[in-house]
Amino acid sequence: MSVYVNENTKVIVQGITGHQGSFHAGEMIAYGTKVVAGISPTKAGTKFMDKVPIVASVRDSLEFQPDATMISVPAPFVKDAAYEAIDAGLKIIYILTEHVPFHDSLDIVLNAKRKGAVVFGPNGPGITSVGKCKIGIMPNKIFKKGNVAIASRSGTLTYEIVDAVTKSGRGESTVIGLGGDPVVGLNYIDVLEQFEKDPDTEQIVLVGEIGGSNEELAAQYIKKHVTKKVVAYITGRSAPPGKRMGHAGAIIEKGVGTAESKIKAFNEAGVKVADYPDNVPELLD
Amino acid sequence: MNLYEYMGKQIFRNYGIPVPNGYVVEKESDLKPFEKPVVVKSQILLGGRGKSGGIKFAKSQVELTQAVKELLGSKIRDLKVTKLLIEDMIKIKKEMYVSIALDRTARAPVFIATTEGGVEIESVPHEKIFTRHIDPLLGYSDFIGREAVAFMKLDPEIGKQFMKILPILYKIFMEEDCELVEINPLVITEEGSLIAADSKVIIDSDSLYRHKEFTVTDPEKTPLELEAQSKGYAFIELDGNIGVIANGAGLTMATLDALTLHKGKPRNFLDLGGTDNTDIVANAFDLVLKAKPTAILVNIFGGVTKCDTVANGIVMAKQKFSIKQPIVVRLSGVRDEEGRKILKDNGVDSYPTMMEAIERVVKLAGGN
Repeated sequence: MSVYVNENTKVIVQGITGHQGSFHAGEMIAYGTKVVAGISPTKAGTKFMDKVPIVASVRDSLEFQPDATMISVPAPFVKDAAYEAIDAGLKIIYILTEHVPFHDSLDIVLNAKRKGAVVFGPNGPGITSVGKCKIGIMPNKIFKKGNVAIASRSGTLTYEIVDAVTKSGRGESTVIGLGGDPVVGLNYIDVLEQFEKDPDTEQIVLVGEIGGSNEELAAQYIKKHVTKKVVAYITGRSAPPGKRMGHAGAIIEKGVGTAESKIKAFNEAGVKVADYPDNVPELLD
Repeated sequence: MNLYEYMGKQIFRNYGIPVPNGYVVEKESDLKPFEKPVVVKSQILLGGRGKSGGIKFAKSQVELTQAVKELLGSKIRDLKVTKLLIEDMIKIKKEMYVSIALDRTARAPVFIATTEGGVEIESVPHEKIFTRHIDPLLGYSDFIGREAVAFMKLDPEIGKQFMKILPILYKIFMEEDCELVEINPLVITEEGSLIAADSKVIIDSDSLYRHKEFTVTDPEKTPLELEAQSKGYAFIELDGNIGVIANGAGLTMATLDALTLHKGKPRNFLDLGGTDNTDIVANAFDLVLKAKPTAILVNIFGGVTKCDTVANGIVMAKQKFSIKQPIVVRLSGVRDEEGRKILKDNGVDSYPTMMEAIERVVKLAGGN
């Protein structure tokens, strides 16, 4: 068993002919993901890498029975692309694109929920069900099959921690990037619920950052509902208040969202917090 | 992006929220002859302008000219005043507060109101604040306004005016891609009407492509940060001495944290983002060098950004900018061995782990 996606998940790529879309579609295929079609209104009828059919619309791709999509189109077109996928009945929507206006994200996330679809991102690295399916941009080579599930708000930092876990001799079950924007499709509680139920997962790493109160809410949830071991890493402890640290979400405003508050909440929930990314494996079983 | 008060009020006026009559002056000759008592308000993005001397009252031509002379070009807490808003004085009976902001966790706009306006909302007791999420799929509807009016026990006539302002505020929040629309204070005048005496509007920077009318350069940014922005780098100046270049916002933040825990002092935050272009790497050095660090740390976990590309960028920068400061590089991930070989051949220190690189750069950077 695995969460959200598995070895049978069929994926389409909206924007497969773009620079990012084509590179990452190729990497996903190399990982073993079943990429069944690409969408490009102008290149319909051709093939991607001589094997994946390119069609004009998400509707046209339904003959390949897709479950999921990776959206890699410019920010102004993301809302339309996501609506197209939601309307066609796809249940897993991964948005690679950065700088999507959050009002658009709000519309996408709420309408996805209404139609029973799950949104990864915007502005996150996607999801990898190790050894089964990768949707997104995580480097293929860092994973090793194991029992550690990882959820994070950032990209590169996630790879750093996956790499540390792998190099420590352990391995991962599922790795999820929630996205670094103010409005994203999933929060920690959504994925904790899945990890708790997942027989492949025995321990969980949460990678958090300053801004908002999602980590604090996750800590409360863990106290009540999570029986598996959870450890955490929080970044942004040295960030000055009022300065946005790259991610649109990473900002300490009016004292809310500090690293101290998040670390305290985790400690109170019995979740050990690593000082450095490299220290995460030491806290695991 | 934060809008100046006068810009926020222009939006209010366009959408139909009452604001005082006023105009903007950038130089003394813009001043119109005195007719009635006015308030002269410095247009700077700072809370507590009044307390810092940025707001003056004028009851005569002499006072008005004097106030404009004093304020224009002056500095308030390091911010230069280049524009003044001159508005008719209003007779204040009571000050209220109303805003709509994004609640990220709830993924919904939240509407906040209190009869205790004119002060920072954080200082108002919790039980006096009306808080109500708005389901964006339902949108604003009058029942929300009725709940607010009942909670705040507003006089019926004021309540009626308040109920007219709320749907407009929500419309502005949605149509103008706002993170925040705030009226503080929303004044009840002695004549018994509601009027927005101040405005605070924050527009989502990612939506500016569809709001070309807003072109404010963020006054909270330093000249170097503005230069970085124009070149497409996420860059923030800090007050230490170690220049930092990393990839990904999360990893860059983690690098600053790790440096700080090792008693190192970062000079900046620079996120290269995902790039496979040596010029982008080399030009990042140009920015960091302008911040005059005593040593430079490059921390890369290769993915989209290939380690050999970064190594070539570093070698290019070293020659192009004749860098004297020590450079310590951590390369791990895609093509790390190739990258480290390029660096070694060109006499640059590199390490496979973040901790080794951090310990080394802190040692080389010396005191502040």
